[in-house]
Formats: sequence, C-alpha cells, structure tokens
Amino acid sequence: MDFQLSDDQRALRTGMRDLLAGRFGRDALRAAVEGGGGVGRELWRELGAAGCFALRLPETAGGVGLGLPESVLLFEELGRVLLPGPLAATELAAGAVKGAAEGEAVVAVADGDLPVAHLADADALLVLAGDRARVLTGAALRRALDGARPVRSLDPGTPLWRVPDLSGYEGEPVADGARLRREGALLTAAEQLGSAVRSQEAAVQHAGEREQFGARIGSFQAVKHLCADMLVRAELARTAVYAAAVTAVPVEIAGAKLLADEAAVRNARDCLQVHGGMGFTWEADVHLHLKRAWLRAGGWLAAGGAEELLAADLE
Amino acid sequence: MDLAYTPQEEAFRARLREWLAAVLPGLPAKPDPGDWPGRRAYDAGWQRLLYDAGYAGLHWPADAGGRGATPTQHLIFLEETERAGAPYVGANFVGLLHAGPTVAAEGTPEQRARWLPPVLRGDEMWCQGFSEPGAGSDLAALRTRAVRDGDAYVVSGQKIWTSHAEVADWCELLVRTDPEAPKHRGISWLAMRMDSPGVTVRPLRTLAGSTEFAEMFLDEVRVPVSHRVGAENDGWRVTMVTLSFERGTAFVGEVVACRRTLAALAAEARRTGRWDDAVLRRRLGRLNAEFRALWRLTQWNVSEAQATGGVPGTGGSVFKLRYSHARQELYEAAAEVLGAGDALDLDREWVRDRLSSLSYTIAAGTSQIQRNIVAERILGLPKGR
Repeated sequence: MDFQLSDDQRALRTGMRDLLAGRFGRDALRAAVEGGGGVGRELWRELGAAGCFALRLPETAGGVGLGLPESVLLFEELGRVLLPGPLAATELAAGAVKGAAEGEAVVAVADGDLPVAHLADADALLVLAGDRARVLTGAALRRALDGARPVRSLDPGTPLWRVPDLSGYEGEPVADGARLRREGALLTAAEQLGSAVRSQEAAVQHAGEREQFGARIGSFQAVKHLCADMLVRAELARTAVYAAAVTAVPVEIAGAKLLADEAAVRNARDCLQVHGGMGFTWEADVHLHLKRAWLRAGGWLAAGGAEELLAADLE
Repeated sequence: MDLAYTPQEEAFRARLREWLAAVLPGLPAKPDPGDWPGRRAYDAGWQRLLYDAGYAGLHWPADAGGRGATPTQHLIFLEETERAGAPYVGANFVGLLHAGPTVAAEGTPEQRARWLPPVLRGDEMWCQGFSEPGAGSDLAALRTRAVRDGDAYVVSGQKIWTSHAEVADWCELLVRTDPEAPKHRGISWLAMRMDSPGVTVRPLRTLAGSTEFAEMFLDEVRVPVSHRVGAENDGWRVTMVTLSFERGTAFVGEVVACRRTLAALAAEARRTGRWDDAVLRRRLGRLNAEFRALWRLTQWNVSEAQATGGVPGTGGSVFKLRYSHARQELYEAAAEVLGAGDALDLDREWVRDRLSSLSYTIAAGTSQIQRNIVAERILGLPKGR
C-alpha cells in the first residue's frame, strides 16, 4: 500500500499550478467575474494543450493515457483558482465530442431541472437523464439555446440558463451515463477540495497579518480554532477524494462528494468569518469561493442523493 | 497513489486471519467490567497468546523484542483483530503503546532487558502517572516532586486519571526533579513499582458508573535512580516521544469497530422500521462517509509514516479531532435508532458506549488543545495565551 502521491503525480500537479498561476491569477479571476463569468477560450485551449481534458483518453486516441487520480489532481488545482467553465463535462465528453479533448470545444451539461451553466458558450450539450446520456450539437443545441431563459446567477463566475424540456431533442447517445455521473461527481469533488484548501490558506494568511487588540488575530484561540477546523475538514475531504479516485467505487465517490461539498462550503463560510467585515465585501474573494461551492454542491450528486447512496451501502 | 496491498502483505493478512479463526473460539468469556483482577487475567491471557504466536510487539523494533513489522503490517494487524472481534489491548495499553515504546527508544540496554520482555509476554502491566489535579491538558504544570537521596528519588505528590492503576505492576511516572527550572524543563521520566511503600490508589467513578481510572497518592515513595529513563530533567522530551506513539495508531482498531457499529445500527433500524425515517437514514449515510474517510485518512497517515520512516507526525491531531467528534455523533445516532425509551436503558451496550464516547474529546489532549496544536504547528499561526 502506497497511498501517497508519486513523483510523476507531484510533477503533474506542480505543472498545472504553475500554468494557472501565470495565466489565471487574481486579476484574471476578478476580470472574469466582472465580465460575467464566460469561458475564456484562449485559456481553455491552453488547458487542452496541457492535456487537461484528454488526460484519461488512451494514447491511441490522442490522449495522455492517465487515470482518475491524475484528473483529480488537476481538477483540485482548477478549483483552487476558481476557474470558470464546465470543466467536468468537457473532460467527460473528450472522445465523444469533437474538439473537447483539445480544448477547442466547450461542453456544457444539463441534468434534470438544474439550470445549465455556460450554455451560451457551449459547442455541445451533454444531457443526462437517469443513467442515460446523449450529446446535443448543431441545430438541436441552437434550438435549446433559443428556448432558454437566462437566470440571474448567484455565482458571478457562472452564467446560468433555464432550458426547455430537452427529452424530445435529438442527440448522439453516449455510452455508460452512470459512469459519467459518478466521474462528474468525483471531478467536481476535486474542485471543491481545491477551493476548500484555498479558503483555509486565505483565512490563515489573514489571521497571521491582521492586528486587533494589539495582537495578530491568529493568536486568539477563537480564530485559531476556526482555522484548525478548516484544515481538518480539508484533509478529511482530501483523503476521501483521493481514495475514491483510486478505487472508483460508487459509494466512495458519494462519500467524497459529500465531504468535499461540506469542506468547500463550510471553509468558505469560516474564511468569511475570519475576515470579519472585510469578508462581507464584494472586493474580497471569499464570497466567490462560497458561491461557487454552493453551486457545485447542488449539482453532480447533491447531499440528499449521496447520503441515500451511502445509507444503502450499510448492509 | 494506490490502496492495493502487496502479495507479502496479503499473505501476512491471510496467516493472521487463519490464526485468529483458530484461537478466538477457545478464549474464555469476557469478565465483568467491574472485575479488575478478572480483566487483568483476561488481557494477560490474550497477550500471552499473541506472544506465543509471534504477534506481540509486532511493530516494535526487533532489538526490543518486537517483530520489526512495517506500519502497513501493523495496520493490517489492527484491522484484522478488530474485524474478528478479538480482545482489545486492554490493561496492556500503557505497557504496549506508551511505556514499552518509550523504553525501547530511550532506555539503557539493562532497562530494555528488564522491562520489555514482561510487557510482551503479558506478565507485567503498566499504568500512566502523567496527569495531576492541577496539570491536565497543561501537562507540563505537574508538581509531583522527586528529591534525590543517595541512589533513589523520594517522590511525593498526587496523580489522577491513572488508567488501570488498580492492577498495574509499574507506573510510568512524570516527576519534577528541578523546581527552579522553567516548567517544560526540570521534569524526569521514572518507572515506579506500584507496590512501593507510600503508594495509595483510590478508584475514581466515571460518569458512566465504572471505575476506569484512579487517583494515586505518593507519600515519600523511593524510586531507584536506575529506574529513570532518559537524562535527569529531560523527561519532557522523552514524554513527547511517548505521546507521538499514542496519537499515531491508538485509534486504528476503533475506526474499524465504529464501522461495524454503524452497520449494526442500520440493521437494527431496518428491523424496527425506523429506517423509513429519511432524516435518520441520511444521518447514518453521512456517518458512513465519515468513517470511510477516517479509515482512508488512517491509511494515508500510515503510508506517510512508512514513506518517511519516522515516528507519526502531527497528522495524528487532525485524525483525533475528527474521530472523537464522529464517535460521539455515532452514539447520538444510536440513541435515535434505539428510540426514546431504550436510549435510557443502561443494560443496552449502545447506551453505555454513548456515555463513554464523551471521554474521547477530552482524553489524550482535549479537542481545544488539539486545535491549538493544529493551528500553531501545522498552520503556523502565532502562539497565544
């Protein structure tokens, strides 16, 4: 048993962190938010060129031939910087949608009654219905967009649309929708993990710098304990997410999503609390992490469904 | 990053399983919790069985009488013994998990030869004389004094929360040998015979009604200087070595036990129809995620220890914080499964376990102290008051 990152995995993670630090720093995040949160095509292509979407495609199909653990490490980095876009759906559609693997195409996802994110930017729409999946492109996709109504999105980084009933729309069937659902939940959990860690780091940094009552607020136990709980949540979520990536067992993925959702949402809230009044302003990034965490928690296997799956496992 | 066990590790597991299946049916019935001599005999008997089969001190170094097993083999041992329903380490806890490893790491050859083999064979039991009425979480505030008199220390003071004191042969005792030094210095680690003149043990009754630990009064007890482990006034460092062992693997078996209890709760809820309550059902589902993840966190920590070859690190505090809370949540859910009436019945095991779970956020460093450790040593936040 060697449940630690390999050297290759560390290098992969470092490579992605460096790429994102250079191309999607804080200014880029704020610009994306102020610009309505659309997909940045140029960066999307760069992610594609870096193998972000083709990572799990076999090399014979032009992919990198790696597995879920490697994808999870990359998605953790994407979650850290709060990169906007339907990342999980595009990764899942690589191989099924032309251009998705290379980062040339953006693939949005429609699941039940949930609003569709980034619909206007999408070159294809992955439609999940129970354990079946299909892809809408071309005329069918244009019709869906024509019938869609924009939602004033809670998350300023993610534009949302309510779409008409898509069951009658023609699409290309995609194999194994149940697997896509599970893997989408896992990749989303990895983004939540990255966001949870980032919130923890931001809180610790602030607590170590901000002075009140003649001392750095991080020396107060009340603040210290908030930060410690953030680390504990993130570390438990990390092992759950990594283990689920290794085993790909459905119930482990459900547990990973549940704990990563909790870590991302609670850590963002605690980070806001540590920042005090500053945390409640638009200028602080805290609310961006919280809003995205809420959005991700609601999709790709939300708490109720995950808990039922985990309960059914108790035999 | 993988969770697969090597063929050697699987072979180790298979042999252990076979041995457990052969030996467990022949064990005597568990003694009553109030019967301390019976508990001691039972725990000693189990330790002797382990010793004869070559499983005693599995992860101790070979030159200390152990088997030099890898952390992963030790993990497998704890997992399989718990899964098979084997006895806990019980009254051997301090000897095997605290005092023994400390003597093995810091003791002289003579001390290792004197104290380690009887621990491994189950012939001698140890208790822990660390805490005092005025020094609980603030352990370094201890005041029990040891004054040098020829080749002995003369020890006077009071210890408290001393587990297994009623049946122990030896006590790992922290004493103040230099009252002038700053509080973390001036402490020494002694091995004291419990039948020494001047030692008085008075059992303490816990809120669960049992006597799991005791107060210990020390009135001019003579302890040979040769029974000091480590240098004089260097006992705090020696103690930190001990505590890192305690936090490293102390709860591994218990996570497996909690997962078993959770499955039993679900079975009971199905039997009584409470499973139809979606709120309860989902609560049990969430606990499933919790204990699965805690098991994975254990594997992560063990893998890390194996990779670095060192003693367990501060990851133990992260684990203990979450685990102690989760255990209490588990027995809150158990009360829900039992229903309002049965949750008041002390003859139900889950009701007693609900009471004992309250100690987990206090013992071995309260959750508040653990959060300070995480915040200061892992996150690097400034020290406070």
